[in-house]
Amino acid sequence: MNVHEYQAKELFREFGVAVPEGDLATTPEEAERAAKNLGTPVVVVKAQVHAGGRGKAGGVKVVKSPADAKTAASEILGMTLHTPQTPPEGKLVRKVYVEAGSNIKDELYLAILFDRAAEKFAIVASTEGGMEIEEVAERTPEKILTVLVDPNVGLRDYQTRDLGFQLGFDKPLVDKLVPFVRGLFNLFLEKDCSQVEINPLIVTEEGDLFAIDGKVNFDSNALYRHPDVAALRDPEEEDPRERAAAEIDLAYVGLDGSIGCMVNGAGLAMATLDMIHHCGGTPANFLDAGGGADKEKVKEAFKLILRDENVKAILVNIFGGIVRCDLIAEGVVAAADELGVEVPLVVRLQGTMSTEGREILAQSNLNITPAETLKEAGELAVAAVKGA
Amino acid sequence: MAILCDKNTKLLIQGMGNMGTFHAGLSREYHTQVVGGVHPGKGGTEKDGIPIFNTVAEAKAATGANASCIFVPPPGAADAILEAAENELDLAVCITEGIPVVDMARAKAALAGSKTRLLGPNCPGVVTPEQCRIGIMPAAITRPGPVGVVSRSGTLTYEAVDQLSRLGIGQSTCVGIGGDPVIGTNFIDALTLFQNDPDTKAVVMIGEIGGSAEEEAAEFVKSNMDKPVAAFIAGQNAPPGKRMGHAGAIIAGGKGKASDKMAALEANGVAVSPSPAEIGETLAKHAPGLAG
Repeated sequence: MNVHEYQAKELFREFGVAVPEGDLATTPEEAERAAKNLGTPVVVVKAQVHAGGRGKAGGVKVVKSPADAKTAASEILGMTLHTPQTPPEGKLVRKVYVEAGSNIKDELYLAILFDRAAEKFAIVASTEGGMEIEEVAERTPEKILTVLVDPNVGLRDYQTRDLGFQLGFDKPLVDKLVPFVRGLFNLFLEKDCSQVEINPLIVTEEGDLFAIDGKVNFDSNALYRHPDVAALRDPEEEDPRERAAAEIDLAYVGLDGSIGCMVNGAGLAMATLDMIHHCGGTPANFLDAGGGADKEKVKEAFKLILRDENVKAILVNIFGGIVRCDLIAEGVVAAADELGVEVPLVVRLQGTMSTEGREILAQSNLNITPAETLKEAGELAVAAVKGA
Repeated sequence: MAILCDKNTKLLIQGMGNMGTFHAGLSREYHTQVVGGVHPGKGGTEKDGIPIFNTVAEAKAATGANASCIFVPPPGAADAILEAAENELDLAVCITEGIPVVDMARAKAALAGSKTRLLGPNCPGVVTPEQCRIGIMPAAITRPGPVGVVSRSGTLTYEAVDQLSRLGIGQSTCVGIGGDPVIGTNFIDALTLFQNDPDTKAVVMIGEIGGSAEEEAAEFVKSNMDKPVAAFIAGQNAPPGKRMGHAGAIIAGGKGKASDKMAALEANGVAVSPSPAEIGETLAKHAPGLAG
């Protein structure tokens, strides 16, 4: 789960991670007032959307008076932002963050994440702040410093000192980095983050450290123990289909093809997308109906698939382990009947109770094409779209 | 022989809720010695003929159990894994999906040096055909034979096993290692066990996007295995930055792509199936003479 920059910065403050003063605004007038309250000679007005690359896309403006902040906010609010990280249709800006400007001397990069290969937390830092870290990693890998943190020992201050001196900091600055990183690591652990990224982390002319941008992602599996974090979710930033899927506990990812997919199990669901591509078609979605798929869930899944106007055929691919194919078949028949499915329907049932399931499909009067193998299922679904 | 479990395995079930009880029953029907269940507060009772104990320690003392299957919900699952390890069971198989990464990272680190091998979490378990079933796999699709199967996914494992069985190729042991970022047994661990198992003549490995476990396994195959390996990688058409169902299945920062994994496997002598429908055939071509 992602949050906005302004929410990330509130968390930073809570954990003692230094950020410039700032305030949220949803109207140009609020932005003007926020700039006036800050009282600094320079303020920055920043679009709040869940995507990076806002500056280059015109979503960040540096201004020198409250009146100019108002003008900047009126330009940014309501604009549709297109950055390399936004969906093709862009993202509508509904809020801006008005922040005190800083005298930037150096820009650095700092992140905390979980290193899967090492199975430890990793503090990643670089002197090359303000640019895409992937680019830095590709062009100058020696400029990326990594400190691994044992999950049961936790971060030790010597590790941060070591990092600070490697970054070329002097002792007074290292002394500021130690509590900064400690606070960030505490936030990461206590709130079950999956990634915390500050790009850039700045050193000011006055010798202070500030997080100028802040990106925090949370481990969705741990939200049950952080209701405060769950409350930060901004549904407007999420794909409406994925949001609807999450509400009924289905794993769904919207794609841009024409074959709607309903599969049980994440691996088989990914493989079904691969099969469709292999047969020359394009999938409209990834959908894992999960181990507890039953009649009601099948119906909900169908509703979700049919919300997508690009869907020209539906492929149901079930390999029953825990899931019983006869219950899936009943669900498919009920859904097709009640929802009036008009697109061709290809159904493959294998595994637990598949014979009974196929019988239920055969006896319904619906136009369902049965498939025996995964290959046949893919071919039939692609043929159905081409014939439509 | 086989790996991880066989007819001598004595299995405990940690978490005797609906799912745990249901699958305990299916395992018992499939040749498995299910010797007890653990449910704090219900010790001394029975459920479906399975004696229940308050703790793993009590259960082990009373039954001689050497393996456990964990169905405990996410908030208590890491605890259940550590309880199994504390009591030095040989194998703990964790089916639970949705354990926070921090919990698993700590539990995994604590398992270093432990006698207990952890399989999973977020895995379908392990089946040694006609000997032992731990977890939730449909054992009926397996048949005894010479091929080891190891996979990060549940239903895709069934797909691969089904393709093998339809070609008349049986399995030594089918292992689901799990779809989470932190898992107890990785590809290399499972491949090592298969390489050392005299009953296994070839291996099918099913990977997916995310992380670099497949790339590491590819190098391991080249350097440490003389048995033929065939593979499939799911998620060749997954969009970057999206979590594809499994917590670990995500292409992040250009890393973890299916194409890179497939290239690494091919470069190291593994036969890679071009589509999920040709996993069985790919192995049969790569290692003739396995059917029987």
